[in-house]
Amino acid sequence: MQRATLDLWVGLFVMAGIVAILFLALKVGNLGSYDNGETYTVKASFENIGGLKPRAPVKSAGVVVGRVAEIGFDPKNYEALVTLSLAARYSFPQDSSAAIMTSGLLGEQYISLEAGGDEKMLANGDALKITQGAVVLENLIGQFLYNKDDSQAEPAAP
Amino acid sequence: MMQTLIGHIRGIGRRSVDRVWRMGVAARFFLLVLLHSGTCFRRFHLIIREIFTAGVLSLIIILVSGLFVGMVLGLQGYETLQTYGAEESLGVLVSLSLVRELGPVVAALLFASRAGSAITAEIGLMKATEQIAAMEMMAVDPIARVVAPKFWGAVISMPLLAALFSAMGVLGGYLVGVVLIGVDAGSFWSQMQAAVDFKEDILNGVIKSVVFGIAVTIIALFEGYDAPPTAEGVSRATTRTVVTSSLAILGLDFVLTAFMFRGV
Amino acid sequence: MSDNLIEIRDLSFAYGQRLVLKGINLTARRGQVIAIMGNSGCGKTTLLRLIGGAMKPTSGSLKVDGIEMGQIDQDALYQMRRRMGMLFQFGALFTDMTVFENVAFQLREHTDLPEAMIHDLVFMKLNAVGLRGAHDLMPSELSGGMARRVALARSIALDPMLILYDEPFAGLDPISLGVTGNLIRRLTDTLGMTSIVVTHDVQESLKMVDYVYFVSEGVIEAEGTPAEIKASQLPYVHQFVHGEENGPVPFHYPAPDYAADLGLAA
Repeated sequence: MQRATLDLWVGLFVMAGIVAILFLALKVGNLGSYDNGETYTVKASFENIGGLKPRAPVKSAGVVVGRVAEIGFDPKNYEALVTLSLAARYSFPQDSSAAIMTSGLLGEQYISLEAGGDEKMLANGDALKITQGAVVLENLIGQFLYNKDDSQAEPAAP
Repeated sequence: MMQTLIGHIRGIGRRSVDRVWRMGVAARFFLLVLLHSGTCFRRFHLIIREIFTAGVLSLIIILVSGLFVGMVLGLQGYETLQTYGAEESLGVLVSLSLVRELGPVVAALLFASRAGSAITAEIGLMKATEQIAAMEMMAVDPIARVVAPKFWGAVISMPLLAALFSAMGVLGGYLVGVVLIGVDAGSFWSQMQAAVDFKEDILNGVIKSVVFGIAVTIIALFEGYDAPPTAEGVSRATTRTVVTSSLAILGLDFVLTAFMFRGV
Repeated sequence: MSDNLIEIRDLSFAYGQRLVLKGINLTARRGQVIAIMGNSGCGKTTLLRLIGGAMKPTSGSLKVDGIEMGQIDQDALYQMRRRMGMLFQFGALFTDMTVFENVAFQLREHTDLPEAMIHDLVFMKLNAVGLRGAHDLMPSELSGGMARRVALARSIALDPMLILYDEPFAGLDPISLGVTGNLIRRLTDTLGMTSIVVTHDVQESLKMVDYVYFVSEGVIEAEGTPAEIKASQLPYVHQFVHGEENGPVPFHYPAPDYAADLGLAA
């Protein structure tokens, strides 16, 4: 095979391979939307994070405004310390609240941010004051059974 | 009775020692190939030739297999996810399976059977027909001129082939899931993008394919170079290449996966 | 500069424990065609390989152009080999290149000559062996005799001082035999080289060589000019030259008593 044809085929092959990698990175992976701009970090303590994982989305009004950067444990107050990485173009008031929600009934968990009314905005490194932990299924079932017991026991009591 | 038993044990011992010895020889061979690689980088057209033989000629089998694997993943995945009402996650299933595991591993296995065996046969036959000896007599180092370009050509081709395999697989899953079965295209891609991380999944997959490429190529080159210069010797060496490469790929896959995906 | 290109004194070589060559003494002057003959397995190919530097002698001296082949390092060995050519038994042409590229191989690897000059040189070498018209063929398309001629053209590409031939006459038809024999003689004379031919073809080689060495069981049994060899009465030489069935090399492989094997012994 002539040198020129060989080079052509090899060039096409390498280009196709690079295109495949780009396809995987951008269309399949999250490189496109990853670190698209500057971010600032905000901390939040939760009683129970349930199944929250790093890289889980942080949504406000259903729109992704950031990601969970790190999940740690605070040995001082025995609560989960979650570090959120929020996109710099979205500012939130200092009294915003964070809750751990589940997408769908059995889907993955994310953090829902509700804006407060304060004039001052959250700065890099601030902590959210109002948080609501995840709904743990066992507690829910336990509560349900407890209530059921109660309502069954009541007619018996005078 | 005792004698035959002792004889068998001695045989096992001898074979194990032989295998370990052989691995040592192969490791020295690997070092030799790396040391002599300078020439082929200066004369890059040698490597280009080998990229053609190892990479371009393997394209068809890689693309077709990738497509079919993706389509099967789409079908099987849909069946299973449907029972949990989670069909929209089909994209996640297909893409993660491919990018993390099936892409690098299956592409490497196919590469070992197609390109690896071809490399072994080629070098083995060159040795058997005294072409290697002729090259040495002409004061041209065969390792630098023949073996090293084949090594780098194959190692460059491997990650590209694995990426093409994964990409075709994702397209195959899309074809079956979205086009044929009717899963929502939007959620197919968006959930996939949410779940597949560039650094964790795709880059790790590429690293895996590079490691597999190195392993397969060194095994293929060594078996070819070490083969007895007869027809039977070369054919046995070719079979050994495919078997040893496949085992090496699967073993390395476990080790790499354990290191890479431990935390997630 | 000595007149002797190759000087071998008291050379011995052993494969591990097995002594293959014992006390070999051989001299080759510049411009000579030397034949090394003997039956299969007598060590002649080993001797050729030692001259080519593929192996180092176990003891004794092997000098090519005054350089002790057993004591040089890898770089010096490669330098020596650029001045040598070797013709392998079946040509050993590179099967993935054309005839032209095969002959051009050494020129491209070892010199910086421009392509135009390489083109001319290759065509000249191919013309010397009569295969200029076959320059575009692949080795698989050549007959055995043609392949060997191309290999010959390849080995003279850098105008070596010495060419080693490993069984150049094996398996050739009578015409190719004649062609090859003539080529070896003609090229040696016109290029001023020295040729060492390992062969067991008596007819062809005795026609064109200057001196013959007979090797048997690792020692030089006899040596002389072709005329002396043909007239020799030494049993081994006589058996070899005249193709006798029985002599120093026996017909029967060592075996127990025939009658005993057939179960007829008393």
